[in-house]
Amino acid sequence: MKYILMMNTMKAGFDALGAWPKKDIQTHIAFMKGLNKALRESGELVAAEGLAWPDQAKVVRAGKDGTPITDGVFPEAKEFLAGYWIVDVESPERAYAIAAQASAAPGPGGAPLSMPIEVRQVMSGPPEEL
Amino acid sequence: MTSRSWDARAEHLWRELAPPVLGAVIRRFHDFAAAEDAVQEALLAATIQWPREGVPDNPRAWLIQVASRRMTDHLRSELARRRRESAAAMQLDQVAPAADIENETDQDDTLILLFMCCHPALSPSSAVALTLRAVGGLTTAEIANAFLVPEATMAQRISRAKHTIKASGVPFRLPTNQERAQRLGAVLHVLYLIFNEGYVASVGPRLQRLELSGEAIRLMRAIHSLLPDNGEVTGLLALMLLTDARRAARTGPDEELIPLAKQNRTLWDQEEISEGIALITATLSKGSIGAYQLQAAVAAVHAEAARAEDTDWPQVLALYELLKHMSGNPMVMLNHAIATAVVRGPSVGLELLNTLDKDGRLTGHHRLDAVRAHLLEMAGDYPAAIAHYRIAAGRTTSLPERNYLMTQAARLSESASR
Repeated sequence: MKYILMMNTMKAGFDALGAWPKKDIQTHIAFMKGLNKALRESGELVAAEGLAWPDQAKVVRAGKDGTPITDGVFPEAKEFLAGYWIVDVESPERAYAIAAQASAAPGPGGAPLSMPIEVRQVMSGPPEEL
Repeated sequence: MTSRSWDARAEHLWRELAPPVLGAVIRRFHDFAAAEDAVQEALLAATIQWPREGVPDNPRAWLIQVASRRMTDHLRSELARRRRESAAAMQLDQVAPAADIENETDQDDTLILLFMCCHPALSPSSAVALTLRAVGGLTTAEIANAFLVPEATMAQRISRAKHTIKASGVPFRLPTNQERAQRLGAVLHVLYLIFNEGYVASVGPRLQRLELSGEAIRLMRAIHSLLPDNGEVTGLLALMLLTDARRAARTGPDEELIPLAKQNRTLWDQEEISEGIALITATLSKGSIGAYQLQAAVAAVHAEAARAEDTDWPQVLALYELLKHMSGNPMVMLNHAIATAVVRGPSVGLELLNTLDKDGRLTGHHRLDAVRAHLLEMAGDYPAAIAHYRIAAGRTTSLPERNYLMTQAARLSESASR
């Protein structure tokens, strides 16, 4: 069964990241790389992507004639998707365990960030039989 | 020979030869992972040599010999490395292959390989991947594509599975009589998973995926030819054929799901149906009945009805009664409730669902809500049926099924407001 693990962070959180000490940033990056490597080696990783920071993010809607209307510059308190993993695992419990690992990624001073990770099952093909 | 016809023939040969060759090499060298690599190299050598020089008289022996030579080379360099690292010298003769290629039986080797790949120490998804690789002779890329995961991920899964087997120290021999039934159960379960994965994925963009149901049927035929007298082996093969026969009818032009009662039965594959019915009829008369046989018997009753209204529901109900006593599986109890509703009326079926609520194992499972919605609709309680169709839609993890359930709810609420 496949799950998507979505790591959400406040816009303010992205901005603060730039102010971390160099050592803490490196530790954080190394942790994420290590997590991806471990998931690849366990045969569970389907995809993992980090997203660009929200500075350039736009919300797009179709106007009356179908042309895009964009909205941007969001408040500090808005939550953004920072990145996601798609994993193929044996059980929901395993997906939660991976999410907990990601949530505990080290932040300033190496303390766990305890980021909220939203875990959702990926829809699959049809059921066995109706 | 044109390269295309060679490719087709080679593919056929590989799939036939890979399991017994791999089995023979593991039997001699006791190293699954290394043996698999050696067999791959032997197959590669054959792809180069055979089109040029012709297929040898005994292709299996040729492959075993080449693979064994690779294994010996591998062991030699491994020994040399170990000698360099420690003084412990091992006699190479002890691990050199014996020359009795012809005395070993392909059949035992293929079976042993299956038992090994479906070993209980492996997780279901690892066992599935390893079986398709080692017994099915599929490439890692093909298996990865079938399960929609990256090739590197699948390669890791297979490689870990091989190491788990190596670490568990399972000997390369047939299980003892005591273990045999249990281990065969694990093999059949893995084959069932492979079939289902292919069957449920056979709509939409996934049509391009490797045909896993066909692969499961092919492997199941191989097992059946090795164990023709085993009722459950025959039962599972029949179940697969009878289920697969309905494939073309189970989705509409827009890939929407069509339930059994509404399927265009002229689209059912009559060849698979006759074969399935013949198999299940022959095995049921032999006694010792298991769950796969009963499920196949249910599928056969449906297959025998030219129209949905001709279905012999009392017989379906009787078969589910037997299954219920045998397994106590809550999904069986759910199907039993449906058959009861048709034969004895929806209110009796709904009462059975209430017992299932108390049982608790299906709590929160969308199938319980979907069946309840269906029975409530049969009973004419549309508002409650609509509510349960919607609950089920919110709980399923299958996209086509969610579309189906939401459409059911919409259909009912429109007809109720009219």
